[in-house]
Amino acid sequence: MSKVIVLKNGRIIDPLQKRDEIADLWVCDGLVVPVGSIDSAGADIYDLSGRWVVPGLIDMHVHLREPGEEYKETIETGTRAAAAGGFTAVACMPNTSPVNDNGALTRFILQTSAGCAARVYPVGAISQGSKGEKLAEFGEMKMAGAVALTDDGHPVVDSQLMRRAMEYAFSHDMLIMSHAEEIALSKGGCMNEGEISTRMGLGGIPVAAESIMVQREIALAELTGARVHIAHVSAEQSVALIRSAKARGINISAESAPHYFTLTEQAVLGYNTNAKMSPPLRGESDRQAVREALRDGTLDAIATDHAPHSILQKEVEFNFAANGIVGLETSLPLSLALVRENVLGAARLIELMSCGPARILGVPGGSLHVGAVADITVIDPERRFTFAVEESFSKGKNSPFDGWELQGKALMTIVAGRITHKDS
Amino acid sequence: MVEKVQPDYQFQHKHIFGIEQLSVEDIAHILATARSFREISNRPIKKVPTLRGKTIVNLFFEPSTRTRLSFEIAAKRMSADTFNISASTSSATKGETLVDTARNIQAMSPDVIILRHSSSGAPQLLARHIDASVINAGDGAHEHPSQGLLDMMTVMEHKGKIAGLKLAIIGDIAHSRVAVSDIIGFTRMGAQVYLAGPQTFMPKDIDRLGANVCGSVQEAVQDADVVMTLRIQLERQNDSLIPSLREYSRFYGVNRQLMELAKKDAIVMHPGPINRGVELNPDVADGRRSVILDQVSNGVAVRMALLYLVLGGSKGGEGQGDGR
Repeated sequence: MSKVIVLKNGRIIDPLQKRDEIADLWVCDGLVVPVGSIDSAGADIYDLSGRWVVPGLIDMHVHLREPGEEYKETIETGTRAAAAGGFTAVACMPNTSPVNDNGALTRFILQTSAGCAARVYPVGAISQGSKGEKLAEFGEMKMAGAVALTDDGHPVVDSQLMRRAMEYAFSHDMLIMSHAEEIALSKGGCMNEGEISTRMGLGGIPVAAESIMVQREIALAELTGARVHIAHVSAEQSVALIRSAKARGINISAESAPHYFTLTEQAVLGYNTNAKMSPPLRGESDRQAVREALRDGTLDAIATDHAPHSILQKEVEFNFAANGIVGLETSLPLSLALVRENVLGAARLIELMSCGPARILGVPGGSLHVGAVADITVIDPERRFTFAVEESFSKGKNSPFDGWELQGKALMTIVAGRITHKDS
Repeated sequence: MVEKVQPDYQFQHKHIFGIEQLSVEDIAHILATARSFREISNRPIKKVPTLRGKTIVNLFFEPSTRTRLSFEIAAKRMSADTFNISASTSSATKGETLVDTARNIQAMSPDVIILRHSSSGAPQLLARHIDASVINAGDGAHEHPSQGLLDMMTVMEHKGKIAGLKLAIIGDIAHSRVAVSDIIGFTRMGAQVYLAGPQTFMPKDIDRLGANVCGSVQEAVQDADVVMTLRIQLERQNDSLIPSLREYSRFYGVNRQLMELAKKDAIVMHPGPINRGVELNPDVADGRRSVILDQVSNGVAVRMALLYLVLGGSKGGEGQGDGR
């Protein structure tokens, strides 16, 4: 028996096909099929008037915490949060315990994710244990299913090691994702450096701590020819460097996160540890620069850096609090705000949340053409709701958006023809 | 005059986290209250029953001699029961979180917790988890409000006013909670604050707090009414913030020669403890311009006022400072 889903009257937004029209979309056995090409008797039929039907959203930067910190999140809870947020796939960072720096662990993550609510693409470590000393086995991890490499959370300090990582990744045709942070400059800091850090007596992290490393990665990408991706861009200076590197034809891509285009360092006031992350929230000009870079193509993806923590890491003194916030269940509505505010068109938003990540990671998805895998997100762009973090699917409740009135929600998330989330 | 407080004024703060939260009226009211309490310390029997039955806990996660003693004396002169928990005797070293410590202390029903902590914002965190009033006795590089208030009280006492004065603050502004409280407090009360020190000691955008950053210590001290120097932590040399104490002392130390640039009746202040010969030369520290020990005396009065006010003193009926 074939499993058929008929999505009727939705606004299909498929940037890769340059398609934006009201139409039906048919799915059979996990693939997109031509409308009317098969017998629809017994099909699940949904009338999606006023809704968007888009290629499944992909979050290329999440922390699922398994193995090792299952009290913060598991592959199961993290993917359920992803599906609830409209994501059909996530790429998970290797800073688990132990670090995902080998093929066996990569396989464990993939096996554990089988049957979960979203696809999981493991990202392996650049260095063994992410200690920044010796290269991890890129080839083994790639064979096991790793889609990229990063020492996210533990920036690669040694420029020679990063150069070798890029060269070796080039040979294995793998992507290097850089957490760009010069830790000598960020040391002792816990928020953006400026008037607010001075008023609050908190150690400041200058923008230069990020932009210096962005420039290093650009220079090394130029030197090695490797595919390099800059994670979580937060600052105007970094945006300018990436823009000029792209103009010179350097093979570089970059992402930013909803908190960087939604919040500024003002969110830290009151010592709010749910506004503490790395890189830190910056000033208004940085926020505007990130928005512009999402619009003009300097940035290629919106990724959440979903970083669940328990209150053990957050209900403490600000300087002792862990970096990071959850993001999977707020990313879509916060990003849709950019469309309502005319920063982005709807198609550009879908590029940033689906096609871009699929292209950068080299994974399926990002399009709804006939024959494509049926990873689909149905969005109600009008739906208003109050985000209540206590009711979220993620184990992590560390969100600065708790209680926010949001607009736009994933109504249905479909992974390979299987409905993994349906809004009640 | 600052002393004239509007008749319908009420002190509304349950907690004292910093000068930042205090209005001009609040500061004037605290200073006036402190002034009225000052003479208690000069009586043969230095005790009034105002806070009898109140429990006050000094919770100090950083070593402190004078601030803790000052708060304790202030509380005892008001007849409160005081208890001291210092980092060495607290559970901090056993891995208990600040929140758990707070809940445990709360269970013993204190009225005020006076907190000294190396983390900025620790008093706010504490206050979110307890019913007692919290008074910040210094948190990280954030604020030290009772020090800022006693500095203002001392200047008022010697100059009769704050508005229109020129105050020079010299030294390690970046690591000084005293500097932040003083900059906010003195500018709020109408003084002009000038800062001097190497740029390694200047926190980013400190001018946005209303202070003027000077290119030289001479420029800051020129025609100043008040010259305040800050303690230089000896470990700053190792952080490459200054090359040596010797060089710091030569370029930024306050000595008699530098003080010639200030107004004839200028006073010299220091929050203590002094590194003699580093940021402050003995000829100035012990000279006629020095009001450093007045600061210490006023500290007791200011802290008596803060304890009295956070416990509802200004609402009347709970007793006055006259020992009836």
